[in-house]
Amino acid sequence: MTLNSMQKNGLLLAAFAVVATSLVIGVQVLTEDKIAMQQQQQVLRTLNQLIPPTMHDNDLYQSCRLLENPALGSSKPQPLYRAWVNEEPTALAAEVIAPDGYSGAIRLLVAIKPGGEVLGVRTLRHQETPGLGDKIEVEKSDWIKSFAEKQVRGADDDRWAVQRDGGMFDQFTGATITPRAVVSAVKRATLELQQQADVLFNADLPHCQEVQE
Amino acid sequence: MNEYKHLTKQGLWDNNPALVQLLGLCPLLAVTASVTNALGLGLATLFVLVGSNVTVSLVRDFVPSEIRIPVFVMVIATFVTIIQLLMNAYVFQLYQSLGIFIPLIVTNCAIIGRAEAYASKNPWQRAAFDGLAMGAGFALVLVVLGAMREIIGNGTLFDGAELLLGEWAAQLRIELFTVNYPLLLAILPPGAFIGMGFIIALKNKIDAVRSARAEKKTVTRARVTA
Repeated sequence: MTLNSMQKNGLLLAAFAVVATSLVIGVQVLTEDKIAMQQQQQVLRTLNQLIPPTMHDNDLYQSCRLLENPALGSSKPQPLYRAWVNEEPTALAAEVIAPDGYSGAIRLLVAIKPGGEVLGVRTLRHQETPGLGDKIEVEKSDWIKSFAEKQVRGADDDRWAVQRDGGMFDQFTGATITPRAVVSAVKRATLELQQQADVLFNADLPHCQEVQE
Repeated sequence: MNEYKHLTKQGLWDNNPALVQLLGLCPLLAVTASVTNALGLGLATLFVLVGSNVTVSLVRDFVPSEIRIPVFVMVIATFVTIIQLLMNAYVFQLYQSLGIFIPLIVTNCAIIGRAEAYASKNPWQRAAFDGLAMGAGFALVLVVLGAMREIIGNGTLFDGAELLLGEWAAQLRIELFTVNYPLLLAILPPGAFIGMGFIIALKNKIDAVRSARAEKKTVTRARVTA
């Protein structure tokens, strides 16, 4: 009798699990493409803010390659986007990690011209304090736009620091660690991308999507 | 009193999940930094609550009581996962700002509480209505707390509403006053606790005044704790 009811309950639970799982799988299959598209659009929106349509005639999203370089702030390969106009290199953009934010890593997108001039920087993801460190978001403050048109003159370029450290970038009241982390990550990445620009435009790097799948 | 009227009153006021049962406080305190986020999580919770209540009520006759809790958990988790996928697909930016709190709806005790206390004992129409009333009560508290914190902290209302409701909602944004530095206390979790305290105090005060006016004999009310 007990065994019987145990079996019955077990089967019933299993049936529920099957129905629940199938429902979730069904919805997942239905929304999969839409979600991938949304993520792609988010990256594209950010890329388009930095690299205007006049500066590329190739599909930026398709240009995504994976680049493994410690200067990008991670030991894992990071996405790199390359822009051309008539086969002429016009811009490079890379996802860069500032590992030393106030609360963990800050993910940035840095775009430069092949000559090294910064086109712009945007914050992709961060966990900085709301109201203080989150001014690195373009929605909250124009601070992140202050990188545009700046150039790194070398590893010892001491203008690339927050004002408190004698550099040219504002810090935020109450939050110096966040902008300091962002400035140093952008400097490091810009310098590397600038020095490697020729190599990177011609290099045969693994395609982002292929590796992810 | 008719059952539906009773359920509405229970959900919105007398037995409000956030103010009286004090359930689901984790998402409540964490996402109410702005009205938009509060409304987003409130609606998501409402949908899950209605969905899980209806399902639990429909299967109540053939689920033995020994395995009802795992079944409830499965039903709730399924609804939350589906809502999460749908939000990820259709309101992507809001999904990003609510982040981790969508999966946490699963752990909102208000939902399993209603499944156990009401939906498993009542027909599906009433269970659905109970989910609606309780969900609305929860969402209402979220929005009130969100509005308080957004006004005090940022001087705005409905900031970023277009993320939830589409482009037209951008004009809903009201800037009450300009702040150079947001009042962090209101935006960070301690502000949520303090705000919540004031709302509960206000509710208790209103109840006290009402019952003093009514001059009736006091009714004892069961208080469920998580």
